[in-house]
This record gives sequence, C-alpha cells and structure tokens, in this order.
Amino acid sequence: MLATAIIVFREVLEAALIVGIVMAASQGVPRRGFWIGSGIAGGVLGAVVVAGFAETLAAAMAGIGQEIFNAAILFAAVAMLGWHNIWMRRHSSELAAAANRLGAAVRAGSQPLWALAFAVGLAVLREGSEVVLFLYGIAAAGDGSAAAMTLGGALGLVAGVAAGVGIYFGLVHIPMRHLFAVTSWLILLLAAGMASQGAAFLLQADLLPPLGQTVWDTSFLLADQSLTGRILHALVGYTAQPAGIQLVFYLATLLIIGSLMRLIGGTARAVRPRRSTASHPTRLQPGE
Amino acid sequence: MRLTPIAPLLLMLAVIVLPVATPAFADEPAVTIAIRDHQFVPSEVQIRANAKVELIIRNEQTIAAEFESNSLHREKVIAPGKAASVFVGPLKAGRYEFFDDFHPATRGVLIVQ
Repeated sequence: MLATAIIVFREVLEAALIVGIVMAASQGVPRRGFWIGSGIAGGVLGAVVVAGFAETLAAAMAGIGQEIFNAAILFAAVAMLGWHNIWMRRHSSELAAAANRLGAAVRAGSQPLWALAFAVGLAVLREGSEVVLFLYGIAAAGDGSAAAMTLGGALGLVAGVAAGVGIYFGLVHIPMRHLFAVTSWLILLLAAGMASQGAAFLLQADLLPPLGQTVWDTSFLLADQSLTGRILHALVGYTAQPAGIQLVFYLATLLIIGSLMRLIGGTARAVRPRRSTASHPTRLQPGE
Repeated sequence: MRLTPIAPLLLMLAVIVLPVATPAFADEPAVTIAIRDHQFVPSEVQIRANAKVELIIRNEQTIAAEFESNSLHREKVIAPGKAASVFVGPLKAGRYEFFDDFHPATRGVLIVQ
C-alpha cells in the first residue's frame, strides 16, 4: 500500500505543483477556478484515454510513439506557459490594481486563461496517464489487494494535492505587487524544465544528438529520486546528470520566452500604477 | 483561432519526425532484458563502448513497468506482456544504472567497456 502511495504521490506531485503555481499566477482573474478546473478535468479524462491507447501509442512511429507524444505534450505546455507569461507581462499591473481594489471586477471574459488551462491539462494528462497505467496494472493483477491499492492511491493523491495547495498558499502570501513577478519567474523556470524534459525524450527517440551524455553529475549531492530532487525537478527542471542537449533547450527556452516577454510585453515597470488607477495608461483593447 | 500557438508547433514536430521515424537502427547489436517478478533478467548487461546498442526490454509481468535511467536519459513505459526497444549509446566506458520507476527496487546496471 505504501509503495502504491509513494508512486502515485510522485506522479501527482509534479502536476499538483504546476496547478498550485498556476492558481497563484492567475490571482485576481475572474473565473480562474472554472478555467483551471476545466484544465484538470480535461487532463484527467485525457490521461484515461491515453492510458487506454498506451500500447498503440508505444508501437506507433516505428516504436518511438511514446517519446514523440511525451515531447509534443511537453513542448505544447512550454508554448502555453510562455504565451501566458508574455500576456501577463502586459497586463499584470492592471490585474494587481484590480485585485487590490477589493471586489473590483477585472473585465470579465477578457482574460485568456485558456493557455494556462491548456498547460495544466497537458501536465495532468502526462502524469495522470502513468498513474492510470500503474494502478490499472495492479488492479488487473488481482492479487486481492484492491482495497490496499485504492487506499494507497488515495493517500498518494491527497499528499500530492497537499503539496500543490501548500505552494499555492505559500505564494499568495506574497504581496500582490510582487506576486506576478514571482509567479512569472516560476512559470518561466517550469517551462524551461519541461523543455529540457522534452529534449530528453527526443534524445531517447534519437532525433536529437546528446551533445554530451552527462555534462555534470550532482547525484551525490542531490539524487533525482530523492524527494527534494523530485520537487526541484518539477519546479525548475533539476536533473542530476543532464545531457548537453537538455541544457541547450533549457537555456534557449529561458532566453526565448524571456526576450519575448520583454519585446512584446514591454517593461513591467513602465505600466505599473503607483496609486492612481483612474488614469491608467494602458487599457485592455477590446479583443485583446 | 485561439489555439493557433499549438498548430504550428505540432506541424513542426510532424515535419521533423516523420522522415526520421521510419529508418530504424538496423545494424545495431541488440540485447534483451526481461523484467520478471520485479527483477531484471539479466540485471547486469555488458555492452561495448562507443557503439549504438538496442536494449529490448521485455516486460513479462502482469503489471506495467517503466524502464528508467537517469544517467542514460531514458524513460519508457512498457505495457504488461510487451517489449519495447530502447536505444543507447554511443557511450563512454562506465556503469549506467537503470530501474523500474513503477517499482524502484527493481534495478539493473549497464556496464559499458
């Protein structure tokens, strides 16, 4: 039972941390519960479907279907998170101002949280499908341990979700003025970590060169399998023995999203309102 | 068209992947490793350095397994009763550990010489 709990916890942890960060990042956006909730629900549904087609997927594309699928999901999530960060850069000051005015509604419906919902859905789908495969296997083995498995699975789920809730409440304690800057950084690092994971899958599929099998090895300091290692892996993409190509993707993601944030989002300081929200220089344009 | 960011991305992936997906690694030596009763059989595999080698992982259990290795950068879910190919190398001489991520006590090592 404990073994089941630990494995489910591990898989849930990554998705839960992402959801926690995304919830904090969308503070003040109306109907965020609906958006993020839909993302989670869609992800769970997708996980069950993907688990059902796991064998077909694995056999697809001359045996590298699983790798391509994982990489595609990760890169799509990177794109969504990046897009959100760029958008947020433009509008964070307005959101902060709106959230500070108690009860003031940001213009409903104009906040495109679909990108975040999508990213959450993809993360849940990827981690969830492994949980489903794992649990299904135990259930199918039918060695009379169904009750223990269910309990273990539930425990793991609760513990994983608790971690997500924990990071959320940790983050929302940050004053609104700084919150979006912090969550932007967290999302940027999340995205970079996912890109590095995606690169590892393409490397496994032999579609990318390793550019150095192991650039460094910090497993003696912090092993990938340790709890801290796993949390850092989920949050900032920590890998004890990264391949060169993973570093390239990590840094390229930081650089590309970071510079797009600057180019398209403009400098955050320029649009930050001090106190006067009345004559706000940058209003949301209709349809933006 | 709100989903535009994903469409070009998938297209790009398809363009990269489709041409390369079919010509598999024909001439590489292959080693079969079974996962049986939560053990890798054999749990110690020797391969040559600087060569590409196909590891055929056969999951002979009734539950799914995930062949994983941090040093090899490999992670692959293998359905019960199925086999999957994991290509490794060219590698430098050394020890590369692997394990079943769904049952972490199941461990093995690839010895590259």
